[in-house]
Amino acid sequence: MTNILTYTLFSPLVGILLLLFLNREKRTLIKSVGIATSLVTFALSLMVYFGFDPANTNMQFTEQAAWISGLDISYAVGVDGISILLVVLTTFLTPIALLGSWESITDRLKEYVSFMLMLEVGMLGVFMATDLFLFYVFWEAMLIPMYFIIGIWGGKDRIYAAVKFFLYTMAGSLLMLIAILWLGYYASTLPGGYFTTNLQKLYTIAPGIPLGIQTWMFLAFALSFAIKVPLFPLHTWLPDAHVQAPTAGSVILAGVLLKMGTYGLVRFCLPLFPQASIEFTPLLATLSVIGIVYGALVAMVQTDVKKLVAYSSVSHLGFVVLGIFSMTEEGVQGAMIQMINHGLSTGALFLLVGMIYDRRHTREISQFGGLAKVMPVFTTMFMIVTFSSIGLPGLNGFVGEFLILLGSFNSVILGSYVYAAVAATGVIFSAVYMLWMCQRVFFGKVTHDENRSLLDLTRREIAVLLPVLLFIVWIGVYPSTFLKPSAASVKQTVTFMQNVKNGVTVTATPAK
Amino acid sequence: MEFFSTTDLLGASPILVLGAFSLIALVANALMKNSAPVVFGISVVGLLASAGASMYTFSENATAFSDMLLVGGYASFFSILFALISLFSIIIAKPYLERAQYHYGEFYVLVLLAAIGMLMLGASADLITVFLGIEVMSVSFYVLAGYFRTNNASNESALKYFLLGAFATGFLLYGIALIYGTTGTTNLLRIVTMYPQAFGDPLHIIGWGLVLIGFGFKVAAVPFHMWVPDVYEGAPTPVTAFMSTGGKAAAFSAFVIAFSVPMSMKDERLMMVTAVLAAASMLLGNWFGLSQLNLKRMLAYSSIAHAGYMLVGIASATSLGQQGIAFYLVSYALTNLGAFAVIAMIEKENGGNLSYEDYAGLARRSPGIAALLAMFMFSLTGIPPFAGFVGKYYLFASAVQSNLTWLAILGVITSLFSTYYYLRIVVYMYFREATSSDALTFPFMTRLVAILCAVAILVIGIVPSLVLNVLTEIF
Repeated sequence: MTNILTYTLFSPLVGILLLLFLNREKRTLIKSVGIATSLVTFALSLMVYFGFDPANTNMQFTEQAAWISGLDISYAVGVDGISILLVVLTTFLTPIALLGSWESITDRLKEYVSFMLMLEVGMLGVFMATDLFLFYVFWEAMLIPMYFIIGIWGGKDRIYAAVKFFLYTMAGSLLMLIAILWLGYYASTLPGGYFTTNLQKLYTIAPGIPLGIQTWMFLAFALSFAIKVPLFPLHTWLPDAHVQAPTAGSVILAGVLLKMGTYGLVRFCLPLFPQASIEFTPLLATLSVIGIVYGALVAMVQTDVKKLVAYSSVSHLGFVVLGIFSMTEEGVQGAMIQMINHGLSTGALFLLVGMIYDRRHTREISQFGGLAKVMPVFTTMFMIVTFSSIGLPGLNGFVGEFLILLGSFNSVILGSYVYAAVAATGVIFSAVYMLWMCQRVFFGKVTHDENRSLLDLTRREIAVLLPVLLFIVWIGVYPSTFLKPSAASVKQTVTFMQNVKNGVTVTATPAK
Repeated sequence: MEFFSTTDLLGASPILVLGAFSLIALVANALMKNSAPVVFGISVVGLLASAGASMYTFSENATAFSDMLLVGGYASFFSILFALISLFSIIIAKPYLERAQYHYGEFYVLVLLAAIGMLMLGASADLITVFLGIEVMSVSFYVLAGYFRTNNASNESALKYFLLGAFATGFLLYGIALIYGTTGTTNLLRIVTMYPQAFGDPLHIIGWGLVLIGFGFKVAAVPFHMWVPDVYEGAPTPVTAFMSTGGKAAAFSAFVIAFSVPMSMKDERLMMVTAVLAAASMLLGNWFGLSQLNLKRMLAYSSIAHAGYMLVGIASATSLGQQGIAFYLVSYALTNLGAFAVIAMIEKENGGNLSYEDYAGLARRSPGIAALLAMFMFSLTGIPPFAGFVGKYYLFASAVQSNLTWLAILGVITSLFSTYYYLRIVVYMYFREATSSDALTFPFMTRLVAILCAVAILVIGIVPSLVLNVLTEIF
């Protein structure tokens, strides 16, 4: 089927168009349209997934159409092993997030569903774009719906959080814009070259940029991605945005948006600026290890469950970045699978926190205790997700963390096992803060009388969580299903990086 | 001896048509009672006819009146833009003036006269035409700024604009005189043939420097920006809309042609001076924009900042930069007209309702209008998929191309400042609860202008080729 990526990418817009014609009082219909649309998108993305050839390292399902011909800007999309799972993750989490906020959003529902669908287009575009201009357009455009979602439907300090989120992301991405312009210009200075933002052409051009300039280019891109990830010390927007955002916003933020940063590192930083990436590996690896430990320690002292989960993201994403910069097959593969894992488990945690918040209107750990007796189903689900998050063998988190630690332990480019050793403490810390929190919330006696009458999960809520749990177990038990699609592409990237490390020089070849 | 031919007349037809209609409007205004609606009608027809004439001459690529005026292509493109801006401005103005009980025909006549000046600027192939265009346009602006003659702020605005404007024109003329003195001509097409010899004369470069000051004043670049906030704030809102879009676009259209002459030498000094003006405008405009509480003043500082972005295109001295300016002018004009249309609707007769606070909860009181204003703010910030982004992309690309990467970096950093104050209005509209529940009225035509502008910035933001393909033809 041709153009399937375009259909997938823009299918949520159809839902927005439909919503325009709906009366804002028809609440159930509005929600149903939103969920139905996102399910159609999910179905389309599954067609892409099943049609995807894992052995092929090239971009697949590619489409290209001239957009601004004067600057060789085109509408170019495609998926490869690095992006395919993230595309599916996005389409998978969007209906879940929408269904998860079925009852918690009552105000301006139509706008809410529209923004969620707009956000989905933006996220999919980021993962599918194979033109830097197109990528940048989606990267920036996606800010608008997220800004509104946090700002309108968020908690008490939502305005502060929304503005901070917007400004932080803009700050990084604007410098990336200059780097994109400079890359295009550089392509035009080569003999016979011309200005271009086509990623495939730049893959052959950019690695030949002299190291001095490559460093600046790398820093501009990496800063933008590091803010998004977020890497310590650029993470301060994250707790605010995650805590203030409504449940579905947090799910998407943690589940997908953060991955845009790590995805960017793999898609752009490594292959475009290999030498600079290797030069900066010690710095980025150090920052990610600090992030792992720091995020875990700060999570430990949180009194608010949602904040705790937010800081745990800083820690978990540190693992992903460490895996990427190990530049070994195991490490990068682990990072790829850990992106998915984190999307699933942290997404599920935010959903669960949202469910308890809907009932009690508080997220303070001290307000709970002994919930296991009152809400057994909720507790069971929460514990499974907790185990997944802390990396218990048999569940998904273990696979990712294990591969990352293995990869970074053996990494030639990292050059030291210290990173892996320190990062491993993060695994222990995460068990401490998660389990300690669970103990205080779920076990012991019921300390607050308000909690005695809490209702257990409804069927809708169980339906929201079950698909996520299914994948949490599936990846844990049989990870090959999810490692296979990215294997070939990761191997290609890693081989390329190792060649550069071993001194295989890359010369810039002008665009043809 | 023949002074002009029919081809000259045809070439100048957009200007002549507009001139004829403005005279008809003037006479109608003098002879009829309650003439304002009639004059409005005549003006609309006149502007459309002028735009039609521009379209008709578009494919020609010639000059008229002994190389005084450009015909077709570039001139037509800008003539159409100016006609559109004037048309939208008077549509916004009509209900506004009616409500303020200041609805008189001379308003429209003045707008038409200013438009004639703009058309001359966009078509100028000679520095004398530039001067004439600037004067015709500016004198009309001075009067328009003081149009609310019983209002002190409006009077202050007019006087300030006039005094400083006259001063700046002096610089422009002095510069033209020096250029004439060193080359023996004021014709841009001929000056360029005398390069590089003539360029070596320091007086020649000083001449261009003085011309730069004159233009700098008209486009509201730092350090010649002092008049902007007070004039924009004091003038009636539709006039501010007209000045900030039409006035700036016209000045830039002549600026681009005139400076394509000295910039063709890629002179480091001239590039650096322009780059410094651009940098100062972006920095100070956006910096002061942060602390504004009044929307018209905020847009005044934003206008200074946007002049800075466009100056980047001049400083780069590349055709990419020129195209960038032209694209930016289109998107900036549409965005600002739309924003001012919304502001004019929200504003009260007594000049109230102009602060951020007054926009609190607008998204609930009138979701459609709030959505429009939000789109304009995102476009001014330069966020895709709106047109403002593509404009900035071109301008900053031109800077990078000319080894002015520092200017592009400064540009994006100052854009970040601007994000804060543009978004602040979105914060008030969407994230805060309404403090007032006064009924707001939205005249149909003004709303239509705002909607058209919003659709246009979205469409050319997503399909920029619509405009860019025209631009590659005219440069």
